[in-house]
Amino acid sequence: MKVRAQIGMVLNLDKCIGCHTCSVTCKNVWTSRDGVEYAWFNNVETKPGLGYPTDWENQARWNGGWERSKGGKLQPKQGGKWRILANIFANPDLPEIDDYYEPFDFDYDHLKSAPEGKAFPTARPRSKITGERMQKIEKGPNWEEILGGEFSKRSDDYNFEGIQKEIYGEYENTFMMYLPRLCEHCLNPACAASCPSGAIYKREEDGIVLIDQEKCRGWRMCVSGCPYKKIYYNWESGKSEKCTLCYPRIESGNPTVCSETCVGRIRYLGVMLYDADKIEEAANAPETTDLYDAQLGVFLDPKDPEVIKAARRDGVPEDWIKSAAESPIWKMAMDWKVAFPLHPEYRTLPMVWYIPPLSPIQNAAEAGAIGMNGGMPDVRNLRIPLKYLANMLTAGDEAPVATALERMLAMRAYMRSKTVEGVIDEGIAEKVGLNGRMIEDMYKIMALADYEDRFVIPTTHREQVEDAYELRSGCGFTDTNGCSPGISKGSLFGGSKKALKMPDLKIPQEAK
Amino acid sequence: MQENIDYFIFGIMPYIALTVLVVGSIARYERDPFTWKSSSSQLLRRKQLVWGSILFHVGIITVFGGHLVGLFTPVWVLDVLGVPYALKQWMAVILGGTAGIMALIGATMLIHRRVTDPRIWRHTSFADIGILVLIWLQLLIGLGTITLTLQHMDGAEMVRFMTWSQSVIFLKLNAWAMVVNVHWLYKVHIFLGLLITILFPFTRLVHMISGFAAPFRYLSRPGYQIVRSRRKSVKPAE
Repeated sequence: MKVRAQIGMVLNLDKCIGCHTCSVTCKNVWTSRDGVEYAWFNNVETKPGLGYPTDWENQARWNGGWERSKGGKLQPKQGGKWRILANIFANPDLPEIDDYYEPFDFDYDHLKSAPEGKAFPTARPRSKITGERMQKIEKGPNWEEILGGEFSKRSDDYNFEGIQKEIYGEYENTFMMYLPRLCEHCLNPACAASCPSGAIYKREEDGIVLIDQEKCRGWRMCVSGCPYKKIYYNWESGKSEKCTLCYPRIESGNPTVCSETCVGRIRYLGVMLYDADKIEEAANAPETTDLYDAQLGVFLDPKDPEVIKAARRDGVPEDWIKSAAESPIWKMAMDWKVAFPLHPEYRTLPMVWYIPPLSPIQNAAEAGAIGMNGGMPDVRNLRIPLKYLANMLTAGDEAPVATALERMLAMRAYMRSKTVEGVIDEGIAEKVGLNGRMIEDMYKIMALADYEDRFVIPTTHREQVEDAYELRSGCGFTDTNGCSPGISKGSLFGGSKKALKMPDLKIPQEAK
Repeated sequence: MQENIDYFIFGIMPYIALTVLVVGSIARYERDPFTWKSSSSQLLRRKQLVWGSILFHVGIITVFGGHLVGLFTPVWVLDVLGVPYALKQWMAVILGGTAGIMALIGATMLIHRRVTDPRIWRHTSFADIGILVLIWLQLLIGLGTITLTLQHMDGAEMVRFMTWSQSVIFLKLNAWAMVVNVHWLYKVHIFLGLLITILFPFTRLVHMISGFAAPFRYLSRPGYQIVRSRRKSVKPAE
């Protein structure tokens, strides 16, 4: 047993209102720079739809993630090491920027600078790559917002696998949900595995996956390796970039920007302990439907004395072990089993998990239009097909998703009975394999979702890795190259350097 | 005057070029590793890149390797192995010619793509297009010298170039005199080669070093994953 800690995330899709606050705040902090205008470390998709970049879930096309070879070996789906090296001159699986969208801006200045005329001045779009006029914007980061576009196109959604999808094109049967996506900070990251330079690494202390910008050489194999297409090639700097899980915030015990600003309070952050020795075996489970269970098997119970002993032995700090025991992620993924990994069939063992959404059925059920199952609506009659959610979250296995949805319905029924009728009905809880105390806890964490309940993040232990005295008057976080603020006008080695949008601070040159 | 130019190109410039190559590359790697990259433009436009890049890279690496092996194999090795000089020259002409043509076609496609596609052109620096055009010229001249070479297939001239290259490495400072009588096209070819070597650390060409290092690093990496730990020492168990 090799115990490691990871900051995991859960998103409660049942409460996501698709407001994109997470995406916008993330963008403002991380990707409002040249070369990554098209990149959204966090984006929200309306499902069913092809998503961003278009058709990202279709790994027959992009070859992202891992595959189990015929000989039972685990290797990146785009090929083993030799194959990846052979594709270094031109990567056949790399998306083009048009698969995301051509970034654009508008001539806002024209609105106030235009001379007087017969017609109102308009702000027309321009490409942010070429600076040229764009006649028509063909695509954006959220082109299918609230089911935008024809069903015939959107229905190419990979999650319709094995579903008679035609009826969902009819107005009466339409369904939709939101899917906010960010880097999964996988236990078995395919991006890191694909990097010939070894620039991508997972941090031992908190599991955050980062790209070393000084080691990245721009071979762009990570972009195709990541099945979630959450690595973005910065075409200005020639380096790949990705979600950092806002590590400067996480290190100081604060939630990520996307979590902090989520108005629906759907995001949770907490510590998960896992057994690093079990990762390869779990990722290499023979059947894709086994992968969800296999990943559950990798997590370690933070209340088990054996685990605590091993965690101490492996250097997990005491407050991290304690936080793991209070982790909302553990409760939702392990105790209540209401959260699931996104596309476990990619074999990356992702660490951003999702609670599937209920659909508005209660009224229809009470009107007798939908089958009731012992006082509760039958989740198989939900507006969002169970199979659709299962294709997304459990590689097609419907049973775990059904249980989760039943538990969420039971939580509502139990609390309604308690608060409206004043009756504590343990029977409802027992029917879904829980008890009243667990349901009340679920209600507290998932429905009330107080700040302290959502974010249980221990601070990092920098005192173990650096001497604070040496760091005094240092320059904090910089864009590589020591204390240089990156505002040099030109460089012998890199052509003209774009000035970073940073305040022009006088920085003392005395770190170390 | 002619003699002075010859002395500079064949006697002095090789040392300037090698010094700038080594010191410049080390300085850049040390001082500004963030700028060390391949500068791929595949994301912006896939068209013409796949064929152009593969033809160019496979061709140029073969040509580059051929020059290294061809010029720096000691002449006595050929004698010991009993390889006739003429045969070696034939091999060089055929192999180098084919690879050179591949690289030239690839480079032409890449230049055309870079210049005609506004997406790429807008983000092309002077160094990017400059080095590409220099390499294109160098390939053209290199292929041009084949026509001269075909007129004297006894291998004597080739051996002279081999001796000169190796003399430079072994600091025989008057070796430049050996090659003063060759055709001017060869001289231009050598001059351009040395010029490209000098420009190497200041352009995207540095990705060659990473490219040659990547297979060793990647293949020798145990497994696929990399985990970095910042903990200096693991705390003892309590």
